[in-house]
Amino acid sequence: MMNYIWSGIILLSVVYSLFSGGASALTDSVMEGAKSALTLIAATAGMMCFWSGIMEIARSSGITEAVAKVFKPVFRLLIPEHADDKEVCSAVSMNISANLLGLGNAATPLGIRAMSLMQAKNGSDTASNSMVMFVVLNTASLQLVPTTIAVLRAENGSNDPMGIITNIWLCSVAALIVGISCAKVLGSRGSRL
Amino acid sequence: MNIGIYVIPVVLTIILAFGLIRRQPVFELFIKGARQGIASVFKIIPSIIALVCAVTMLRSSGLLDALINLVSPVLEPLGFPPQLLPLSLLRPVSGSGSLAVLSDIYKNFGADSFIGKAASVMMGSTETTFYAIAVYFGSVGISKTRHTVPAALMADFTGMVMAVLSTRLF
Repeated sequence: MMNYIWSGIILLSVVYSLFSGGASALTDSVMEGAKSALTLIAATAGMMCFWSGIMEIARSSGITEAVAKVFKPVFRLLIPEHADDKEVCSAVSMNISANLLGLGNAATPLGIRAMSLMQAKNGSDTASNSMVMFVVLNTASLQLVPTTIAVLRAENGSNDPMGIITNIWLCSVAALIVGISCAKVLGSRGSRL
Repeated sequence: MNIGIYVIPVVLTIILAFGLIRRQPVFELFIKGARQGIASVFKIIPSIIALVCAVTMLRSSGLLDALINLVSPVLEPLGFPPQLLPLSLLRPVSGSGSLAVLSDIYKNFGADSFIGKAASVMMGSTETTFYAIAVYFGSVGISKTRHTVPAALMADFTGMVMAVLSTRLF
């Protein structure tokens, strides 16, 4: 999919610039884009490393297990098939913790671990309700600390980089509630069919 | 409104205090985690370069503005800023791509402008849905994803509409 999106963006831009006479601006923008890509990475890399480090402390001191305990009733509602499976619950809570800290890249491997543990019990090519719910949780992005966004905002001269945080919480929670409800409703309908 | 400034200090204090109480080598653990962090940064550099270049080309060719002008008559009466359309289209598909669009929006409209704020909230409250679905189900060999896509897209849609609404209200 990315093959088409990426090449499509570039080819359409080239064609459009030929017709609108912006070819020289386009040529400059290739160099400019490569440079601003590195600026973007430089701006966000430090914070990503910082939170990955903090996450490792949290993991090793057993905070994620404590989180798993606190979330037990939630797990019973969301992933009922695995709520008593300690390994699944701890993998899921580590994945959620990484998401909460805004570490999408760190959350992925943890989430894959949770999925393969769930798949061991599921054992077919059809997703179980719990697996669907878990993936929906991961696509709804509940972030406590929107690290990358705050850093990027600061880099671009924002007076209040963290000012959007309550809005992000509000919208994430709304998206999460809708996602969970849809997964629940559609899931229960599917099992009856 | 200012809860945001307390989140990071509180999270840091809790995690560090927990680590010290449990007698963990917090500094070494931090270094270990940060090393993994830099590895994942390195992993995304090529795709960031690919997509930021593509988005910059899209902007400088004038095509992006032309597309925005094209959809304005439809989106503006709905109260949805057409400048946010590229972000909302790319967001479910590509993390690096949407990051590229977001930083382009900051550069062109300013991070504290209405567009900049709404884009920030949109970016923060949605996810790379299709990527996550492909990676998670692909990794365990599941091909029948059942109701995952509709449920996840409903969540994304809610996040996007709420992002614009909440930025207007607060």
